[in-house]
Amino acid sequence: MAQEKEQPKTMRDVLVLPFEMALGPTWTKFFEAFKDEKILGTRCSQCKRVLLPARPFCPRCFEPMEEWVEMPQEGTIVTWSYVNYTYFGVTEDMIPVVVAGVKLDGADCSWRARIRGFDIKDLDLVNKKVKVGARVRLVWRKEKKGNIDDIEYWEIIE
Amino acid sequence: MGRAVAVIGTGQTKHGRRDDVCYPDLIREAVKAAMKDARIAPQDIDAVVYGSMPSMMEGVAFNHLYFSEALRSLGKPMLRSETCGSTGQSLAHTGYYWVAGGMAETVLVVGSEKQHEGDAQATMSTIPEPFLHRTIGGAPAAFSMQAREYMGHYKIDEDKAREAAAIISIDCHEGGYLNPYAHIKVRLSKKEVKEARVITYPVRLWDVCPSSDGACAVIMAAEERAKKICDRPAWIKGIGFRGEEYFMGDSSKAVWRSAIEASQEAYKQAGIKNPRKEIDVAEIYNPFTYQELMFLECLGFCPPGEAADHVIKGVFSPRGELACNPSGGVLCTNPIGATGLIRLAEAVLQVTGKAGPHQVDGARIAFSHAMGGAQQFNAVTIVSSEL
Repeated sequence: MAQEKEQPKTMRDVLVLPFEMALGPTWTKFFEAFKDEKILGTRCSQCKRVLLPARPFCPRCFEPMEEWVEMPQEGTIVTWSYVNYTYFGVTEDMIPVVVAGVKLDGADCSWRARIRGFDIKDLDLVNKKVKVGARVRLVWRKEKKGNIDDIEYWEIIE
Repeated sequence: MGRAVAVIGTGQTKHGRRDDVCYPDLIREAVKAAMKDARIAPQDIDAVVYGSMPSMMEGVAFNHLYFSEALRSLGKPMLRSETCGSTGQSLAHTGYYWVAGGMAETVLVVGSEKQHEGDAQATMSTIPEPFLHRTIGGAPAAFSMQAREYMGHYKIDEDKAREAAAIISIDCHEGGYLNPYAHIKVRLSKKEVKEARVITYPVRLWDVCPSSDGACAVIMAAEERAKKICDRPAWIKGIGFRGEEYFMGDSSKAVWRSAIEASQEAYKQAGIKNPRKEIDVAEIYNPFTYQELMFLECLGFCPPGEAADHVIKGVFSPRGELACNPSGGVLCTNPIGATGLIRLAEAVLQVTGKAGPHQVDGARIAFSHAMGGAQQFNAVTIVSSEL
């Protein structure tokens, strides 16, 4: 009897791995300051750049960055995108999201931010309001935990 | 640069969804093809280099242990290299160092990915640390933001960039259609590209690479051996690799220093003064069409801020002055750990006249490239038909 060739099969496997990761002194202080609605950067003793998040040492000079600087909570958009796809941990009800690179006033770098505060489902409106060079302001979450989610979003300053 | 090194054989699997084979069989498919192309046997190989993305992509940590037999590494020294997207080029450089340094005569270099076996985005979301960077839109958002930073920096008109990105998409998909190994096989109209679903604006569906399963193998040999056993070796003329800070906002991604410096280093070694004129084919790492505009400038193929104009004029189309990604590029095939090595394999196929349907006539010097890390590495390898 002629035997049909078997279809190659797959096997399902799931891994769940817990971690407990150390923040270190610099990032502990940086995130604790969120509870007082403060953004702290550090300044390099050599090149004098102020970086965010606060760093224990300068990525370029390798010198300690021990001078703490309280930053203004407004800045300028250097780039942005309108994220409209689902992926691991992101479901249909969570999109779209407008992400941006924001250079805080007084900082020598930009960091990643979520833009909200208007109907961001409307791509035309997003295109009108969110621009490279547009000004933004940080909006804190009411209940704070001392992590990056304490920054609820950034709003466009009209 | 050490002693002269040639690529004497390349092998690729059919890329795409490869549920039909288990992972070691996929590796074997590429290794066998490369050995057949180089006309050598496993015992002729002195050492093996392998790499992929974080191997939890497919649920097995340190997958090179699992692939020992398929890689023919029994009784031989073996190295693993991985630098995220640039892994394939890092593998090539590792093999090159080994032969150029005089510690091996013949090295087998293999890269692979089997993205359909896991949730690739889930594994890739573990590449950034969890404190700051994990929740911001995945790789498509990071690279779309790089494109927007570039467009903002040079004040490039939105419609012009859209037009140029659409041409890149159409050209690449045409190349992929012709390339027997490519994953995505589709011919597209400009309207289809421009009106496709938004993924990470301005990037739409046909501006983005696929997730692929596939492997690539390259065999390198020292000068004397290459001359003895290979009719048409592809000589490695220059390599460059540069890294940057981990924190994405610390440096400009519009004027991407690591891409500029890695390519300039390779040009210096290869004696190339005018890359656009002297190079015949370029395989640029282009998972996103818009990003290729920035690369065309940083790699020295046109002046800053002008890439879109040159693309619209057809300078970088398959029959243009400098053919870019005639294979269909990353846009049509992306088994990530293999992708940067496929760029080199395709460059080799071009300068040895073996590229088949997507051969660029008379190609002598070809450029291959990959970017990687958390948007922080660029790597280049240049090959030539002449020593």
